[in-house]
Amino acid sequence: MFQLDEIQKRLIAEVAGLHKVPIGAYNFRANSQLAARQSTANIEITSKEDGTGIDIHIKPNTKNESVHIPVVLSASGLTETVYNDFFIGENCDVVIVAGCGIDNCGSANSEHDGVHRFFVGKNSKVKYVEKHYGSGTGTGKRILNPVTEVTLNENSFMEMEMVQIKGVDSTNRVTTANVDASAKLIVRERLMTHGDQKAFSTYKINLNGENSGADVVSRGVARDKSFQKLDLGISGNAACNGHTECDSIIMDEGKILAVPSLEANNVDAMLVHEAAIGKIAGEQIIKLMTLGLTEAEAEEQIINGFLK
Amino acid sequence: MLELKNISFGVTEENKQIEILRGINLTIENKKFVVITGPNGGGKSTLARIIAGIEKPSGGQILFDGVDITEKNITERAKLGISFAFQQPVKFKGLEVFDLLKIAAGGKLKFNEACNYLSAVGLCARDYINREVNSSLSGGELKRIEIATILARKTKLSIFDEPEAGIDLWSFKHLIKIFEDMRQNISDSSIIIISHQERILSIADEIIVLADGQIKNHGDAKTILPQIVNSENVIKECGKIKE
Repeated sequence: MFQLDEIQKRLIAEVAGLHKVPIGAYNFRANSQLAARQSTANIEITSKEDGTGIDIHIKPNTKNESVHIPVVLSASGLTETVYNDFFIGENCDVVIVAGCGIDNCGSANSEHDGVHRFFVGKNSKVKYVEKHYGSGTGTGKRILNPVTEVTLNENSFMEMEMVQIKGVDSTNRVTTANVDASAKLIVRERLMTHGDQKAFSTYKINLNGENSGADVVSRGVARDKSFQKLDLGISGNAACNGHTECDSIIMDEGKILAVPSLEANNVDAMLVHEAAIGKIAGEQIIKLMTLGLTEAEAEEQIINGFLK
Repeated sequence: MLELKNISFGVTEENKQIEILRGINLTIENKKFVVITGPNGGGKSTLARIIAGIEKPSGGQILFDGVDITEKNITERAKLGISFAFQQPVKFKGLEVFDLLKIAAGGKLKFNEACNYLSAVGLCARDYINREVNSSLSGGELKRIEIATILARKTKLSIFDEPEAGIDLWSFKHLIKIFEDMRQNISDSSIIIISHQERILSIADEIIVLADGQIKNHGDAKTILPQIVNSENVIKECGKIKE
C-alpha cells in the first residue's frame, strides 16, 4: 500500500478498516506528509493553498460513493494541526471514513489535532466514521484533539460514528452542529479510557430549523485511573426534537463526569436527556459465568458488547 | 448424578438468623427429569442457586458425578457441566442473541446451529439472532432466549428456575412442548425444573416438594402429583384460607 511501512499499515487497518487501497476517493497522510491521494469524477480532493489541510468537494447528486482520509503518525515527537473541509453538494448519499492512528515508541509526545468542517447540502445523506487509536511502548504521550463542525442544510441527514477504544493518552473532542429545517443529526460515540488517560468530549448542537432533530448517544468505559468528562448539550431554537444519552461504565478507580445540558428557546422544542453511570451489574457477570466464562472473561464480553 | 448432603443456608436480617434451607439431602440420578415445587419462600430458588454456585451454603456438601464441588465457583461448575436458567433473565446492552448463544456453546457456533436453538424455543431465528439482549425484548422473548442458551450448552445437568414465570399463555404452551422434547432427548443428562405448573409436573419423572426449607416429599411423579393436585394440603398449609 503506497510507501507505508508495516506500522503505518497496521494503524490504517485499525482506524479505517483498510487492508488495501480503497475504491473511490482517498487521501492518506503519514507522518505529516501526503502519502497518497485519489480524486474521482464526483469527488475532488485538493490541498489548501496555505498548506494547512485539504478541501473535499463532492458534486451534487453523488450517490453511493466513499471518501477515506486516514492519518497515521508513527514517528515520535510530531505535532500537527490539520484543517479538512468537506463541501457536500445537494442530493448526495456518501460515506466518509476518517480516523487517526498514532504509534509512539519514543519519549516525545505525538499529537494530531484534526479540524473537520462539514457543509452538507440540501437533501443529502452522509455517514461519517471516525476511529482513533494509539499504540506503542514509548513514554511519549499520544494526543488527539479532534474538532468537528457540522452544518446541516435543509432536509439533510448525517450519522456520525465516533470511536476511541484504545491507546490515546489525552483527547479533547469538540463537536458542534447547526441543524437546519427537517435535517437530522445522529451521533454514536464510543469511548474507552485506561491507565491514566483523560478524555473530554463536548457536544454543542443547535437545532435551528423547524422539525430539525438530533440524537446523541455516548457510551463510555473508564478503567484503571482514567477520567472522562462528557458534556452533551443541545439547544432547541425551533420546533424540534433533541435527545442525548450518556451511558457509562466505571471500573477500578476510573472516574466519569457527565454534564448533560438542554436549552429550550422555543415553546415547541422537545428535548430529552438521559445519563447513567455505574459499574457492571453483578448479575450480568454471574449470568456469563454460568455459561462457563471466568469473571475476567465475562467483564470483557460485557464491555465489548457495550462498546460495539 | 447430583448429590446434596445436609445442605443448609441461612441469612441474617435485622440481627435475626433466618434459616432458608435446613439439612437438605437429595440425590438426582442421571436421565431424570425432576420438578421441585412448593410454596413461595420455601427455599426452591435458593437451592437452585446453591447448586449453580451463585450462593454458598452455610453447611453441607455437594457432589457432582462423585466430585466434591462445594468449594468450586460458578465458572468451574459450569465447565463441569451444570447449567442454570435464571427466573428473571439478565439483560445486556450491546450483547446480541448470537453473542450469548456463542458464549453458551463454548465460543464457536455456526449460524445455522444458533438458528436451530432459537427455532427450538419458538423464535424465528432471522428476527432475533442480531437483536440486543436488552429491554427491547419482552419478558417472554427473554425467557425463551434464556432457555436457548441452556440448550446450546448441552450440559449434563440443566436447572431451570420457574421457566413459566412472567410469560403469556401462548408462550406457555410452547414452553411445555420444549420441555417435553427435552424430556424425550434426555440421553445421559438430567433436568431440574422449579415450577408450580401442573403441566410441567405431569411430565416429570420425580417430584420434590420443598417447604419451610425442608424436603416434605420426594418420589415418583405418579405418586406425588395426585397428592398435590388434590390441593387440600396446600390450603391447609396456607392457614389463612379458613371457613
